[in-house]
Amino acid sequence: CGRQPGSIVGVSNHIWQIKRQEIMKWNGWGYSDSRFFFNKKGQAEFTGRRYRLSGLIIPGLKDWFESTFGASLQHKTPATVSPILNSSAVQPPTLNEAFVEELKSTGIPLSHDAEDRVFRAHGHCLHEIFALREGKFGRVPDMVVWPNCHNDVVKIVELACKHNVCLIPYGGGTSVSSALECPPEETRSIVSLDTSQMNRILWIDEKNLTAHVEAGIVGQDLERLLNESGYCTGHEPDSMEFSSLGGWVATRASGMKKNVYGNIEDLVVHVKMVTPQGVIEKSCQGPRMSTGPDVHHFIMGSEGTLGVVTEVTMKIRPMPEYQKYGSVVFPNFEQGVACLREVARQRCAPASIRLMDNEQFKFGHALKPQVSSIFTSFLDGLKKFYITKFKGFDPNRLCVATLLFEGDREKVLQHEKQVYDIAAKFGGLAAGEDNGQRGYMLTFVIAYLRDLGMDYYVIGESFETSVPWDRVLDICRNVKARIIRECKDKGVQFSPLSTCRVTQTYDAGACVYFYFAFNYRGLSDPVHVYEQVEHAAREEILANGGSLSHHHGVGKLRKEWMRDTISKVGMGMLKSVKDYVDPNNIFGNRNLL
Amino acid sequence: MQIRHYVINYAHISVNISFASSRLSGACRVLWVLWVLKVLCLVLSAVHEPSVPEVTVGHGAARSRCRRSFRNVQPRLVASERKRGERKTPAGEMSGSFRDPVVLRSDDEDLVDVLEERRHGSDLGFTFRTFSPPSCPAPSVSSSDLRQSVLDSLFLRHVAKEVAVETGSPLEMVMGDARSILEEMSQNLQLGFIRLMAFTLTKVFKKLFRSIFINMDGLNTLQQAVQENPVVLMPNHRSYVDFLIISYILFAFDLPVPVIAAGIPLAGMKIVGEILRRSGAFFIRRSIGSDKLYWAVLSEYVRTIIRKEFAPFEFYVEGLRSRTLKSLTPKLGMMHMVLEPFFKGEVFDITLVPISVSYDRVLEESLLAHELLGVPKPRESTAGLLKATRILQEDFGSMFVNFGCPLSVRSLCEGRIDRCRFNLRPRHVPQQPSADVQACVSWLAHLVVRLQEEGSVIGPWSLMCCQLLQNPVHVLTGDGLDWQQLSDGTVWSRRLAVDCGARLSWSGSVSDPDVMTSAAALHRSVVQRRRGRVYLLQGEEPERRRPIGSEDGVMRTAAAVLMLASYRNQALHVFVRPAMLAAALNVTRSRRREQLLGFFCFLQDVFSHEFIFVPGRSTQDFEEACFYLKKCGAVNIDDQEVTVPDSGLEVLSFLQKLLQPFIDSYQVVFRFFCEDGPQVFSEKQLLPAVRQFATKLILSGELHTYEALSSDTQKNVLSALRRLQAVTKLRASEQNEYKVNREAVRRTADVLAGKIPPQMLQATPDARL
Repeated sequence: CGRQPGSIVGVSNHIWQIKRQEIMKWNGWGYSDSRFFFNKKGQAEFTGRRYRLSGLIIPGLKDWFESTFGASLQHKTPATVSPILNSSAVQPPTLNEAFVEELKSTGIPLSHDAEDRVFRAHGHCLHEIFALREGKFGRVPDMVVWPNCHNDVVKIVELACKHNVCLIPYGGGTSVSSALECPPEETRSIVSLDTSQMNRILWIDEKNLTAHVEAGIVGQDLERLLNESGYCTGHEPDSMEFSSLGGWVATRASGMKKNVYGNIEDLVVHVKMVTPQGVIEKSCQGPRMSTGPDVHHFIMGSEGTLGVVTEVTMKIRPMPEYQKYGSVVFPNFEQGVACLREVARQRCAPASIRLMDNEQFKFGHALKPQVSSIFTSFLDGLKKFYITKFKGFDPNRLCVATLLFEGDREKVLQHEKQVYDIAAKFGGLAAGEDNGQRGYMLTFVIAYLRDLGMDYYVIGESFETSVPWDRVLDICRNVKARIIRECKDKGVQFSPLSTCRVTQTYDAGACVYFYFAFNYRGLSDPVHVYEQVEHAAREEILANGGSLSHHHGVGKLRKEWMRDTISKVGMGMLKSVKDYVDPNNIFGNRNLL
Repeated sequence: MQIRHYVINYAHISVNISFASSRLSGACRVLWVLWVLKVLCLVLSAVHEPSVPEVTVGHGAARSRCRRSFRNVQPRLVASERKRGERKTPAGEMSGSFRDPVVLRSDDEDLVDVLEERRHGSDLGFTFRTFSPPSCPAPSVSSSDLRQSVLDSLFLRHVAKEVAVETGSPLEMVMGDARSILEEMSQNLQLGFIRLMAFTLTKVFKKLFRSIFINMDGLNTLQQAVQENPVVLMPNHRSYVDFLIISYILFAFDLPVPVIAAGIPLAGMKIVGEILRRSGAFFIRRSIGSDKLYWAVLSEYVRTIIRKEFAPFEFYVEGLRSRTLKSLTPKLGMMHMVLEPFFKGEVFDITLVPISVSYDRVLEESLLAHELLGVPKPRESTAGLLKATRILQEDFGSMFVNFGCPLSVRSLCEGRIDRCRFNLRPRHVPQQPSADVQACVSWLAHLVVRLQEEGSVIGPWSLMCCQLLQNPVHVLTGDGLDWQQLSDGTVWSRRLAVDCGARLSWSGSVSDPDVMTSAAALHRSVVQRRRGRVYLLQGEEPERRRPIGSEDGVMRTAAAVLMLASYRNQALHVFVRPAMLAAALNVTRSRRREQLLGFFCFLQDVFSHEFIFVPGRSTQDFEEACFYLKKCGAVNIDDQEVTVPDSGLEVLSFLQKLLQPFIDSYQVVFRFFCEDGPQVFSEKQLLPAVRQFATKLILSGELHTYEALSSDTQKNVLSALRRLQAVTKLRASEQNEYKVNREAVRRTADVLAGKIPPQMLQATPDARL
């Protein structure tokens, strides 16, 4: 590869070797060493040492878990084939010999090892993980290749076109839209193109505050490496530990701190993508152009159907001088939403502002680690007394907003005051930095919790939408109620957890996240029930004026609604682009259209 | 404990009263003071009265016994709708989807007599009982908060701005108008007045009725429903008495008391109007016409009540009291307002509860008959109400209130409404309801009325009237009908009714002759039994100076006949579908199913305003008719043909005779249009003219049914003709003028007479909102 030694700012750390499965679970979320379990005393513990919660005991979780789901620690459903993959259960690869031969001559690493292939055959949808836990594998890629740079990708795509091989780009593997599933009807050899080795920051331009980065870099590495030079991108999706820059571009990702830094479409200055027709990129890095429809918008959200994103020039910012968490308790969800709306109207949203509903507040509470000192627990008791007794908040209605402020110290404090003043108008009480920080920490461990639930007959998932302000309350109420009703109708024996939070604010609306989980004891086909309920919930979202997706993307999971979402003509436009760029459907993951 | 309650409630009431009195004029104030004194006395005396234990104890067992989730209870009609697609044979279809008819007896343990407790317990104990309904989904809202949120609504502001621009008056003035409309309209529900209402009604009901039966399981499902979603109570309206009966029952059984939509004339009654307002009634003007602001205030008020979910909402989907005791074609305006919050996603679901109120004897029976003959309805006034107290001396038998299965609007609308259509406009911007919304509202409204019909209870007297009216009127007034013949016929038709799925109130514990004797005795104002024969009594002498002419004689007979017809109408919904098939068999003289179905559908078009047919269910209705006729052995049915065995002739003739008065009356009006009537007319001119025309025909012996004189029938013919586009409304006309297409009317008349086969008649969907 033609990179100049001097221009390399940093190289990603050890983690993302070719064999990712050595440090990550192949049938669950995240690192192998980090997981929740119930110890002999029935207390929940989180293992490992990577997170703040690691090594701590969470005393409240068991009660919450049992009372919310009607689950019991006596009824276990451990993964059947954990932790080692049984490679004989995987279909032998269908190889295109000519392609393999030519590819081998280029020296690009490749593998048809069952473990490598299975690891890249899925994202993190519930049905995908559930099947893996049961040791069931559908169609998996026949081969994995690890290009090292843009030129490697160009070679691979050329060969794929030449030999008519199906390519599926693979970044962090955190998709929740069935985007990585191999189409079962695909008869050609499927090659998973793993971008993880393209993980360098190629240059940093401090005059223009941009960085040119290879698209395989994972969020946490990008941030850490930039931090070493005193910069950050500020793009922090909840999956940033594992998701890649190329994946963000391909799905139109959104970060928690988008209020300050913007979403991926605001951050990207320049993109390079390899398509079957050649490489697409713009000729300059002008901050804005009027040159017809922006071709970047064919790339962003293309979900791997047009090509492989290889390099991205992104905006960077100096690292913030000061960060401060915060939280506000509201007497009810309605007041909380009204406050968020007002904050958005005044355009004074902090880097992040999120509003959890009552169920989620209780959930967050259950995840409080054991407090070490009597003083802290006394203080907590006092707080609770103040809010529920003195202020008269109903513990079954109150909800909490978590805040994150960033910037220079003085401005942060000023900003903080402004936001708390608005909150006070809506009955909000400041509830401390600790609650806020714990709220954000939870976003990283919540995916681990799903694995715990799956050990005890509980399955669940989250999904998101964006919706105009005037419909936020209605959509939250209706979708939650619809989930509960559908569960009842579909024969779920226990009442489900159906909860939501508002995670982003915009001028004209908000992003809403729903969490949904239930105890499936007594159901013969829980995943099917789950899918039916999720389907109904999505219909409800659309009927209430919500969008098909705010940032998860469409994949194959939500394809059926695309036509209604973007109209017949819109579909035709996208199809004609696909037909031109990739007439032989080399990028054949069949997402989106 | 008990005493403390009294004191608290007393304080509550007196506060209300002093507030109210400040708003009333001098004369009323005196009355108020008297009232206050009386209440004071009552309260004081109450303290000494032996306290009554928990009044609901008696029902506790029943309540827990019948507790079940309401969503699992699918009404028959809906269930059958669902299963329709899967089934092939009509017989299997019908038997599977319609629950076996049950004869409900008044001693059935499922039915509870509300008055039973009251006759034994203390009325004051009842009045001042602890009232703790299960909480509604939302906290309570005071009437002034409710008004304020209506005034603050974006919708009202939007319309007010439009009105301001249109009329050129300043916005503040328009909002001021809106405020006064709202004040005129607004309810002011207060527990103290509910208690007063409960006390008064207990006294009145005990005088009027032997018992008030309600179905406990219906009430139990309702109790579940009020805790989940906004509930809309939809009773039928047969008498002024049932105006507060629902509130009364809900109070008695610890359920939240509803807000009720009422006609503005009630508000005009001195004191009573205010009491009604404080018992939860809100008042709507009768003719709103094109008053945009009024519509806006009203619809926002209704929607806000639904959205806030603080109390059930009660309204009469039929729009007004039925003068004929037959269900009326539902009015869709209010129905649409009620459903809109669901369509727009402002509530998760709405629960509709069809409620059927049936009477052994209706208080206003003779007033209603006279109204149908053109005697104007007396204005609602307190003086009139006091005068009417003489009826307290009379016996009106029993009253039946049946709470139907709650219906989930969400489930019913599935696949009928595309809620996404509201995504692209702010929801407060007024929008013409689209065709699918209109059709859905109309369908739901009809469905509810049909379920009201199914839930209503048919007494022996209704069946006796069916039998009586099978005979020519001159026989009934002249020689009279043999009692034995009548009672045999009634017992025979009782079996038929049961076969057709009726709910009867015919106690099995009393012998059949006794039941009928007692029914006849209850209605001695209409019929008289002398020496083994039954005679129809002519109406009272109208107070007139002029000598009685032959036309007056017709009117007097007509009044009596219409009273009989009303009670017959109570049972008609059971027979109407089989009867239409019977008529089809008779008129077309055909056996082919297709042809019969064609004529059946034609009859549904013609009688679209006479009887309730759920839109889009013609084929199912036909299958239902076939099924019932087959069940009672009147016809044999195979894939192609419907044949009549000799043994079926009796049933068919009975059914056909039930429908004949309607067919004859319609033919008279058709004839009037074709021969006599003007080309252009207004509704005001039409009714007396047709009445005169029909009177002439009766006197000349050409017409035998007196029902042609009923203004209700005449109006229904007009509506049907408009629907068939044989009569069109003149656009330019301000006085509701219509133009007749004589050719089209003649054609319709010929089809009805069987002279020409029914063509594809142009019928526009009737979904004006």
